[in-house]
Amino acid sequence: MLNIEIDGKELEVEHGSTIIDAADKAGIAIPRFCYHPKLSVAANCRMCLVQVEKFNKPLPACATPVADGMKIFTRSKSAIEAQKSVMEFLLINHPLDCPICDQGGECDLQDIAVAYGTSGSRYTEEKRVVFNKNIGPLVSTDMTRCIQCTRCVRFLQEVGGIMELGMVGRGEHAEITAYVDKSVNSELSGNIIDLCPVGALTSKPFRYSARSWELTRRPSIAPHDSLGSHIEVHVKDNKVMRVLPREKESINECWLSDRDRFSYEGLNSPDRLKVPMIKHRGNWVETDWKTALEFAAGQIKDITNEHGADALGVLVSPNSTMEEGYLAKKLANSLGCGNVDYRLRQTDFRLDGKRLGTPWMGCNIQEIESLDRILIIGSNLRNEHPLLAQRFRKAVANGAQLSIISPLDNNPLMDIAHKVIVRPNDMVNVLGQILKAMSGLQKLSLSLPRSLTDLLAEIKVRPNTQAIAESMAGHGKDYDLISPKVGIFLGNMALSDPRFTEMYSMAEAIGGISGAKGGILPAAANSTGMHLMGVMPSSNGMHARAMLEVPRKAYLLLNIEPELDCQHAALAKAAMEKSECVVALTAFKSQALENADVLLPIAPFTETSGTFMSMEGRVQSFTAVTRPLGECRPAWKVLRVLANTLGLQGFDFETSEQVKDAIFAGDKPSAVVWRSLNNNLRELVEIQVNIKHDGLQRIGEVPQYESDPIVRRSAPLQKTKYNIKPMARMCATQLTELGLIDGDYVLAKQDKGSAVLRVKLDNHVAKGCVRVAAAHEDTIGLGDLMGDITIEKTSPDQATTREAIAREARL
Amino acid sequence: MATKKAKLTIKAPVMTDLKGQTLLCLRTLTEENPAALETYIKIGGYSALKRIVTEKVKATDIITEVKNSGLRGRGGAGFPTGLKWSFMPRYFDGTKYLVCNTDEGEPGTFKDRDIIRYNPHQLIEGMAIAAYTLGARVGYNYIHGEIWQDFETFEAALHEAKAAGYLGENILGTNFSFDLYAVHGYGAYICGEETALIESIEGKKGQPRFKPPFPASYGVFGKPTNVNNTESYTSIPWILENGGQAFADLGVLNSGGTKLFSVSGHVEKPGNYEVKMGTPFNELLALAGGVWKGRKLKAVIPGGPSTPVMTAEAIMAATMDYDGLSKARSSLGAGSMIVMDETTCMVKALHRLSYFFYEESCGQCTPCREGTGWVYRVIDRIVNGKGKMEDLDLLTDISNNIAGRTICALGEAAATPVLSFIKHFRPEFEYYIQHGKSMVESQKC
Amino acid sequence: MLSPQAIEKIDYELTKYPADQRQAAVMSALRIVQTERGWLSNESISEVAQYLGMPEIAAMEVATFYNMYDLSPVGKYKITVCTNISCMLRDSDVIVDHLKSKLGVGFNEVTPDGKFCLKEGECMGCCGGAPLLHVNNTQMHEFLTTEKVDAILEELK
Ligand SMILES: Cc1cc2nc3c(=O)[nH]c(=O)nc-3n(C[C@H](O)[C@H](O)[C@H](O)COP(=O)(O)O)c2cc1C
Ligand code: SF4
Ligand code: FES
Repeated sequence: MLNIEIDGKELEVEHGSTIIDAADKAGIAIPRFCYHPKLSVAANCRMCLVQVEKFNKPLPACATPVADGMKIFTRSKSAIEAQKSVMEFLLINHPLDCPICDQGGECDLQDIAVAYGTSGSRYTEEKRVVFNKNIGPLVSTDMTRCIQCTRCVRFLQEVGGIMELGMVGRGEHAEITAYVDKSVNSELSGNIIDLCPVGALTSKPFRYSARSWELTRRPSIAPHDSLGSHIEVHVKDNKVMRVLPREKESINECWLSDRDRFSYEGLNSPDRLKVPMIKHRGNWVETDWKTALEFAAGQIKDITNEHGADALGVLVSPNSTMEEGYLAKKLANSLGCGNVDYRLRQTDFRLDGKRLGTPWMGCNIQEIESLDRILIIGSNLRNEHPLLAQRFRKAVANGAQLSIISPLDNNPLMDIAHKVIVRPNDMVNVLGQILKAMSGLQKLSLSLPRSLTDLLAEIKVRPNTQAIAESMAGHGKDYDLISPKVGIFLGNMALSDPRFTEMYSMAEAIGGISGAKGGILPAAANSTGMHLMGVMPSSNGMHARAMLEVPRKAYLLLNIEPELDCQHAALAKAAMEKSECVVALTAFKSQALENADVLLPIAPFTETSGTFMSMEGRVQSFTAVTRPLGECRPAWKVLRVLANTLGLQGFDFETSEQVKDAIFAGDKPSAVVWRSLNNNLRELVEIQVNIKHDGLQRIGEVPQYESDPIVRRSAPLQKTKYNIKPMARMCATQLTELGLIDGDYVLAKQDKGSAVLRVKLDNHVAKGCVRVAAAHEDTIGLGDLMGDITIEKTSPDQATTREAIAREARL
Repeated sequence: MATKKAKLTIKAPVMTDLKGQTLLCLRTLTEENPAALETYIKIGGYSALKRIVTEKVKATDIITEVKNSGLRGRGGAGFPTGLKWSFMPRYFDGTKYLVCNTDEGEPGTFKDRDIIRYNPHQLIEGMAIAAYTLGARVGYNYIHGEIWQDFETFEAALHEAKAAGYLGENILGTNFSFDLYAVHGYGAYICGEETALIESIEGKKGQPRFKPPFPASYGVFGKPTNVNNTESYTSIPWILENGGQAFADLGVLNSGGTKLFSVSGHVEKPGNYEVKMGTPFNELLALAGGVWKGRKLKAVIPGGPSTPVMTAEAIMAATMDYDGLSKARSSLGAGSMIVMDETTCMVKALHRLSYFFYEESCGQCTPCREGTGWVYRVIDRIVNGKGKMEDLDLLTDISNNIAGRTICALGEAAATPVLSFIKHFRPEFEYYIQHGKSMVESQKC
Repeated sequence: MLSPQAIEKIDYELTKYPADQRQAAVMSALRIVQTERGWLSNESISEVAQYLGMPEIAAMEVATFYNMYDLSPVGKYKITVCTNISCMLRDSDVIVDHLKSKLGVGFNEVTPDGKFCLKEGECMGCCGGAPLLHVNNTQMHEFLTTEKVDAILEELK
């Protein structure tokens, strides 16, 4: 600790802090533009100049480390003089267009100019004009306003992981730009809008739509991944105008992914369902709530009376709130139906009943940064958890060794120490090799259970898996082996895989011997919460997959578009077609709900209160930020009234808080969570290692801007380069083997369904795999996300006819 | 690529008259093929390196010798070289680097060019000794991009030295190894600033780094690095051949040794003159043939534009050494004498200099990026007859607001000419503003 | 595509730096490609960036920061005249005017036959030889007189 003095105030500060850190902690305001606590120090704006005793020149507070006994003056004559002169320099070339600037009212330059500037300018020469750049559909530029602080450049480089913006030219001609006419493609790009201290980078979708002071700001929780990011929703006239991050160091820090920032545009989509609708002789007719609910209840009742409660299937979106999930399950169970599930994109349910608790990520989000060895299995991190990827990036920047096992060789924009890119089926084998190699590493001197040892006897360890094993074991390096900082995580591709059980069990075993933290990286905002509440089949019930394989007579859908949100699009579609009654609680009208019979308009997360539980087990409740649109109702209320209409008991909830209390049985949520989170299995299950698989396997990734109904309707997100038509992507060797070239048309077949696709050379895909994106209308005919697939060449003509037929079939 | 022409035959300069000079850094100039390895060896070159590496002289002893010599950095700031060397961390797990700054691009400075083209081996020897002393495994000589032919000469000298065992692995059969490479700038004055130069070596824009950390702890590729000017390194072999004291004795108090003065502008014989520190200005002027065309001396910028301009009387009374010039309220800088005769319009001279700093600002920090452009535009307006009397105070004010508030010293450098020109030649500026034309040029016709 | 000759030269430059610091060679690589192709197009910059495994924008930053890189065609001979103070004092203006009228172009213009381009240079570190110019970034001509300029142009023709 050092003793210093700022403006006469005596302070004790940590060794190595800068003057600005110390001042910030003490609540002493020093003006700044380029400095940002999360970015490297550039010290280029010079706004933070302060006077320091014994120095004849003012020093930049952001870059000057404190020294013991230092006396700092932030408001002395010389400090103010320096700050004023910098302000004057910054303003000489800055346009005076505050009245039409989107940053107006929340502009650092404007604020500080008011405090430090002088009225009237001594600058009478011509002002600089800088051409605007088009850097994509999300961020709008007004480069004449730029003050060259380089925060945006540093953000993309340091946090985003890739330099997409730079400052070209020099001196007064220096300007911020992307390369030639490229756009900024980072999935975290929206943060540069917040970082820009002036109005040079603003939100393109929000542009000119409101002045900052007209907006009401309300807190909420981001609903698209399981990070649980804190957001601030800005509302004008009962409409969501924009979404910004709310600072929460332990979760999203001060950042937000583009998905969470720009998805709100989907809320205002013309697809929004505003009144209940019933299908009458094949046509949708608007109706009132009473009629709709009575119709729905009547149908469900008739079917369950006639065929038994088992004839109903309840499919719940993992993006729905805990309250909604709880009531959906309660409703089903009260009817005597055990067919409830939220695990819509899972195929392998062999672990059901074998778990000791609710699976979660196995550590805190913040802890990731301090891991020193990391193994990620089956995850395209940037696509699945864009902001979480950034934490891993920090860990790697801090020196962590990252190993990856995946069918996709996607660039996570951080250094990878070891990787094995193989087809999903072989990932199991690779994990077995690691396990075997680890058990053989002397440092551990551990032996595996008999059952495993025998299993692994036949396995041959390859050099790259040996390397991962050594990394996990902390071999040859000076790691802390007493309290190891190892993390093992399974991502979406592993979770959807038909051999998830084996992957999970082996990962658990590897974790066991390496003392690793970790677990799964659940996909959706409330996956963990749904599991905790057991929104899953009861012992005699069917899981999500079974409910589609053996179609039910009636379905209750909560917040899903079945063909887009389920593991097996073709099965989902067929099941809905076959059923006698589909009751859909949905915020949107949808092609994917054409086979429904009743559409009940529910409120999306911004229009209702509720609770999500994040991947780290954090229970976070939020309230509505706007009134429901049209006749939309919060889904928990709809479920309650539906239950009442069905004549079920125990649905007397007046508020969502009461539902929440019921969920936690009056206990403190954190206590319940603490008791429930557990990644361990009761026993090792059904591991088979050497299964041969010679056919092609599909990698049915869900593109990040197709992950749920809201995101799919956000026009700006759909305009990004991530929105590309699904193609059959294969590596060069695979193409040669199949006699295909880039641009060919193929017929991709899974089960009974098929899709016509263009072939794309993609060397990031493991041999033996075809990467075909899911959650897209072009691939609705296909089956399991990670299932077997065959590819046949077809001609462009055939392709067009097929496409035409398919289109007609839809209309 | 590796086989460059082995022998360097460079003709000695035409303009320079060696009489009256004390040749130390340019001591091969008396010889036929000054740049060739054999020439350098003939006059005793590489003997200091040989002695040091074979006798395993202690690094601390070398540093002491350099400290005793009173050698101060020849790049402009005049920082004692021995002291700088003592800042390099002794023990470091990894590569340490040595960098030579041959990026001279400050108007009026052209001394280092003559070293690399006429006496490259002395620089190489000096750097090898420094590398030995500081434990640097790799060195770079960063050469101004515009002097391409001289870059090639130096690179050829490097190949010669390597082939002869003075560079590379196991130098002269000892376990001392040092790789030295020539790298180049490509037209950015700011890369003369040592941290910008380091950025440039790393393949980036030449934008100065904020200091601290200094290169000694965070330099090339983030590793400890020592940066010196060409002339500084080139002085080292002589110091170790003859002893630090002998070097100090060549000069005066606080300014040891000889100094290369680049004399340009209105003299009969512009060129480099190596003389003892403390030489009176008039002697140096005489060596350069005096003011040209028999005209009268008006002003001299003694150390490059980043040093204050001096009037004829002031400079005529001054001696050429650090104290001598600072007593006269200017500075030795890099020893770049820009001589201006009575016909020089000081407004136009400042106009050109202010354009230079405006053009060369790296653009990184606000006061310099915005201020240099503002200064230039105001002076440009004056030169175009649209000046206002208040502009002179405004110029002074802007310059004071740039100086001392920037990341690197280019801010001060840009402010200095404005402040000193207006201070010493204010009437000329006032005349220009009042009449819309130059005082000297009006007198001429 | 970078030519084999260019790659050979760039590879030589790469030997000067640690293996994980390929970007360090970007200054030379851009020079080498510019010398070969006359100027640096966006494609050239991209190719260099790709070869060195660095972001294109970082290569663009370098190409736009240093004056001697030409981001538009400069004709067969780029003549850069220094006009900085030491040269100005020795009448570089006369040389510039002479060149302008001889070639019929101003600064940053290329003659219609695509042969010559005239550029204004900052200090080249050779002020003792003022006034001076250099051709294509490499050939320095000092102590210029109008006659000498004529001779140089004649030789280039
Ligand atoms: C704008 C600017 C330009 C500079 N140009 C040069 C230069 O061309 N050559 C040089 O040796 N030093 C130059 N310097 C000084 C260097 O930063 C550094 O101090 C010097 O190379 C150290 O070497 P020395 O201690 O041997 O002088 C410059 C400094 C600044 C601020
Ligand atoms: S003072 Fe000028 S040259 Fe130096 S860092 Fe600042 S902008 Fe760049
Ligand atoms: S905040 Fe310190 S220089 Fe910009």
